[in-house]
Amino acid sequence: MLKFDNVCKRYPETGEVLRNVSFHLRHGEIAFLTGHSGAGKSTLLKLIGVMERCSRGQILLDGQDLSGAKESQLPFLRRKMGFIYQDYKLLQDRTVFDNVALPLVIAGYGHQEISRKVRASLDKVGLAGKEKKYPIALSGGEQQRVGIARAFVNKPPIIIADEPTGNLDPDLAMEIMRLFVSFQQVGVTVLIASHDISLITKMNHRVLKLDHGQLVSE
Amino acid sequence: MKKRKQTREVKYVKPAKQEIRQTKQAGGNFLDKLYAYRDAHVNVFVSSLIRLADSPFNTIMTIAVLSIAIALAAGFQLVVSNMEALTANLENSTQFTIFLKDNVSDARAAKVAESFRQNPAILQVNVIGKDQALEEFKHYSGFGDAIGILKTNPLPVVLQVMPKNSLGDKNQLEELRQEFQQDENVDTVDMDMLWVERLQSIMGLVHSGLTMLKFVLLVSALFIAGNTIRLELHSRREEVIIAKLVGATNGFIQRPFIYSGFLMGFISGVIAWFIVTVMMFMMRQSVNELSELYGGDFHLVFFSFADTFCLVFASAALGMLASWSVLKYQLRHTIPE
Ligand SMILES: Nc1ncnc2c1ncn2[C@@H]1O[C@H](COP(=O)(O)OP(=O)(O)OP(=O)(O)O)[C@@H](O)[C@H]1O
Ligand SMILES: [Mg+2]
Repeated sequence: MLKFDNVCKRYPETGEVLRNVSFHLRHGEIAFLTGHSGAGKSTLLKLIGVMERCSRGQILLDGQDLSGAKESQLPFLRRKMGFIYQDYKLLQDRTVFDNVALPLVIAGYGHQEISRKVRASLDKVGLAGKEKKYPIALSGGEQQRVGIARAFVNKPPIIIADEPTGNLDPDLAMEIMRLFVSFQQVGVTVLIASHDISLITKMNHRVLKLDHGQLVSE
Repeated sequence: MKKRKQTREVKYVKPAKQEIRQTKQAGGNFLDKLYAYRDAHVNVFVSSLIRLADSPFNTIMTIAVLSIAIALAAGFQLVVSNMEALTANLENSTQFTIFLKDNVSDARAAKVAESFRQNPAILQVNVIGKDQALEEFKHYSGFGDAIGILKTNPLPVVLQVMPKNSLGDKNQLEELRQEFQQDENVDTVDMDMLWVERLQSIMGLVHSGLTMLKFVLLVSALFIAGNTIRLELHSRREEVIIAKLVGATNGFIQRPFIYSGFLMGFISGVIAWFIVTVMMFMMRQSVNELSELYGGDFHLVFFSFADTFCLVFASAALGMLASWSVLKYQLRHTIPE
C-alpha cells in the first residue's frame, strides 16, 4: 500500500532530515511512527502528502510514484489520503458539518450523498448532533474528532495522523487510538506519528522508530 | 469536464478495484450531483459577495479607484469619438474658391459653372459675378469711395464649389482641384482645407495620446484589482491551505476569487458609466450652445446601448483577468504545510 524506498530528505537550512528510510505498509495495516522531537516524523508524513518532495529515493502509494507526481495530480492523490493534524486545522468560521463536508464538496458529491456521509462519519467519531456547532464551541478532544471525521468521510484507503493525541488527556487519547484501530478493522491503512511511548506500547502494534532521520527499529 | 478530468487522473493512478468503485459512486444520482454543482456555484457567488462585504473599506476603496480609472478610460474613448464626429462635420464644410481669369465675363462664367455642375462629385456651385463681387468688396473693405473712382471692374468672377459630403478623402479633393485648374477659364483655385488639415493632425495627436493614456489606465486598473484579490487571498490563506490539504484543485480554490474579481469589475463598470453619463449631461448644454453659435449641427456622441454593455462587461472581464492572473501566480506559492 505505502512503500518507502531509500528516501532521503534534506532541507537547505537544516541539512539531511531523513536518511535512507525504507519500509512497507501493507494494505489494512496500522503502524506507529515514533522518535525524539526533531527526528523527522512530521517530515516523513509531509512527504506522503507531497507537501514536501523527497530529495532522493522513491515513495509509492498503491503503486503510484508520489515523489514524481505532477503538480496537477496532487489534488487527486490527496483525496485518497485522510490527514489528521495535532492542531486540527479546522475552518473556524464554518460549522462542524461544513468542515467535515469539505472533502466531499471538493470532490463534487451531491447534497444527499454529502449529508448522508457526513452524518455517518460524525456518528462514527461520536459527534452526532453537533453538526451545527462551530469548532470554537467544542473541546480539544471534540475538535480532534471533527478532524478525524473529516479525514475519514471520503473513505480514503489510507489515514495519516501527526500527533493526534498530543493535546489530549490519556483517557481521551486512548479513545482516539481505539477509533484508529476501528478504521483499520474496516480495511484502512493507518500511520500515526506519536511520541507517547506508553500509549504506543499499550496498543501493541507495529512501530517504526526514527532516530535523527534514520529508521532504527521496526 | 471536471468529472472527466477526475476519471482520467484516477485511471492514471491505477487504483485498487475498491477505489474505482468508490470513484464511480461519487456524487450518487445524476440530478443530485447536478443540483449540488449548481448550488456550489450559487454558494460560491453569494460567499464572494459576503467576502467583499466582509472588508467594506478595502472593497469600497478598490471599487472607487477602479471606477475612476475605468470612467477616465471610457471618457477618453468618448472624447475621441466626439472628435471624430466633429472632424467628420468639418470635412463636409470643405469648399473650393475658384477665381476665374480677368477676361472671363459673367455669361461665360455661368457656362463654366454649369459644366462643373455636371460633375457628379460636386454638390453645388455658386457664381459670384463681377458686380456682386465689387459690391461685396465695397461693403466689407471700407474702400468703397476709392473703388467708385475706378472705371472698370478689376475683380474676377468667383465660383464657390462645394463637393459632395462623401468627399472626405484628401486625394479625391486634390484630384478635383486639379480638374478645376485644367479649365482654361480658371486662374487660381483655393481650397479652404489647410486649417482643417492642421486641425486633423492636432486631433490625431490628441487621439493617440488619449489612446495611450487609456491603455495605461486599464493596466493600472488591472493592478489595482489584482492587488485587492491578492490581499483577499492572503487573508484567506489558512482556508486555502486546508482546502488544498483535502484535495482541492487550483480551479476549485480560484472560483470564489474569480467571482470576487468579476463582481468588483462589474460594479466598477456600472459606476464608471454613471460618472461619465453625469459628466456628459453637465457638458451637453454648453456644447450645444457653442455648436449653435457656429451654426453647426454638432451633437455630443454618447454611449450607445452596445457601448454600455461592452463597458460593463469589459470591466467585469478585467476584474476576472486580474484575479485569474494573480491566483495563477500566487497559488503556486501557497504550499500547504
Ligand atoms: N520546512 C523546514 N525547513 C527546514 N528545516 C525543517 C523544516 N521542517 C522541519 N525541519 C527540520 O527537520 C527536522 C525534523 O523535523 P520534524 O518536524 O520532522 O520533526 P518531528 O519528528 O516531527 O519532531 P516533533 O516530535 O517535535 O514534532 C528538524 O530538525 C527541523 O528543524
Ligand atoms: Mg512533528
